[in-house]
Amino acid sequence: MTVRARVIPCLDVANGRVVKGVNFVDLRDAGDPVEQARAYDAAGADELCFLDITASHEARGTIIDVVRRTAEVCFMPLTVGGGVRSADDARALLLAGADKVAVNSAAVERPKVVAEIADRFGSQCCVASVDARQVADGRWEVFTHGGRRATDIDAVEHALRLADLGAGELLITSMDRDGTRGGYDIELIRTIADQVRVPVVASGGVGGLADLVAGITEGHASAVLAASIFHFGEASIADAHRTLAAAGVPVRTPIA
Amino acid sequence: MAEHVALIDYGAGNLHSVANALKAAGASTVEITANAAVVAVADRIVLPGVGAFGACAAALRALPGMTEALTVRVIGGGVPFLGICVGMQLMATRGLEFGTHPGLDWISGEVAAMTPEDPDARIPHMGWNDVAPTVAHPLIEPGEAYFLHSYAFSGRDVIATTGHGGSVVAAIGRANMLGVQFHPEKSQRYGLALLERFLRWRP
Repeated sequence: MTVRARVIPCLDVANGRVVKGVNFVDLRDAGDPVEQARAYDAAGADELCFLDITASHEARGTIIDVVRRTAEVCFMPLTVGGGVRSADDARALLLAGADKVAVNSAAVERPKVVAEIADRFGSQCCVASVDARQVADGRWEVFTHGGRRATDIDAVEHALRLADLGAGELLITSMDRDGTRGGYDIELIRTIADQVRVPVVASGGVGGLADLVAGITEGHASAVLAASIFHFGEASIADAHRTLAAAGVPVRTPIA
Repeated sequence: MAEHVALIDYGAGNLHSVANALKAAGASTVEITANAAVVAVADRIVLPGVGAFGACAAALRALPGMTEALTVRVIGGGVPFLGICVGMQLMATRGLEFGTHPGLDWISGEVAAMTPEDPDARIPHMGWNDVAPTVAHPLIEPGEAYFLHSYAFSGRDVIATTGHGGSVVAAIGRANMLGVQFHPEKSQRYGLALLERFLRWRP
């Protein structure tokens, strides 16, 4: 008996609508995150991630409503990231039905926000999200603003610090790989995963199911996050589970 | 006859997820309540919880008359009770998270930090894992459920285990009481089926 590797589809949501589209065939409204969440729930996703990329602060209430409606129909864990700046922001999402909140930019400016969230609501619901670019051999730097702005902060040190501050999980995204479909930055993922006790989620660059396997077996991640391969119907959650199982990775029994 | 399920609100997180799941499992009336008088007449009682044992125990005790009403109803009255995650851990004698804190002491045992020897067993124990019954119980079937915790129970009345760098208690129960370390409200079909059985349970 052992905990299973998790397969996590991620949906980008802006102003309450899914922007990185999904073309499940039988959705009435493919732009509705709640409908897509319901489809992934039925497909046996191990968890779901919403990334709120709403630009304006005024529209923040929209994601709360999306989370609330999703929690009414989805019975799997939901992580919500994007725009979480304080423990009060985290509280609003958790009360609406999120199980975990991911903190990114706010933790770059003020790492202690991770401790504030973990102390108030428990480490188990506090995900530290780190966007990194490789700047030299074996060295990565934290980038913000969708990978456009350098920070001079060492990504590995930053990730380890956030784990020390109480993050219960690290979500590591390679901004070099994101959108390239060239596979995860395995060296980045493994460098961090081998130095922390908390689970690590690999993110950024999945182009095929073999990349998911590499994230677990070579990157030592506990979970693999992907967007386009699932959204565009190239692979199902069941395909992902089957491929991982064939590689000897423990996964959930596929739903019939 | 419409039964009245009391879902106890002591400020410990994921209430609405549990309420949603109970409704999806067929509960006709779920009342989220911090009122001991509601608990005193409830047909079924659910105690959820996420976060730290000590903070949760203190928050529960801060509700006037609540622990007394729970004990009267569950221990004395035989009302079906379900504790989830920290709600299950609170059934124990004491918790050893950030100090020693008394629990409800319905089931002899302690809740302590998980310390798996296997370095590959990460903490928190986060994700889907087995629920393996150790004795026959009408509510607990073998399957896979979602776990999310860093502390675990050890003591009496264990009815199911899981594995995370060693054996970990997944469920405890006696008579009309059931406690599950995993989250049925986040365990898709397995979890909803368990809640359905709880709603029909006549211990």
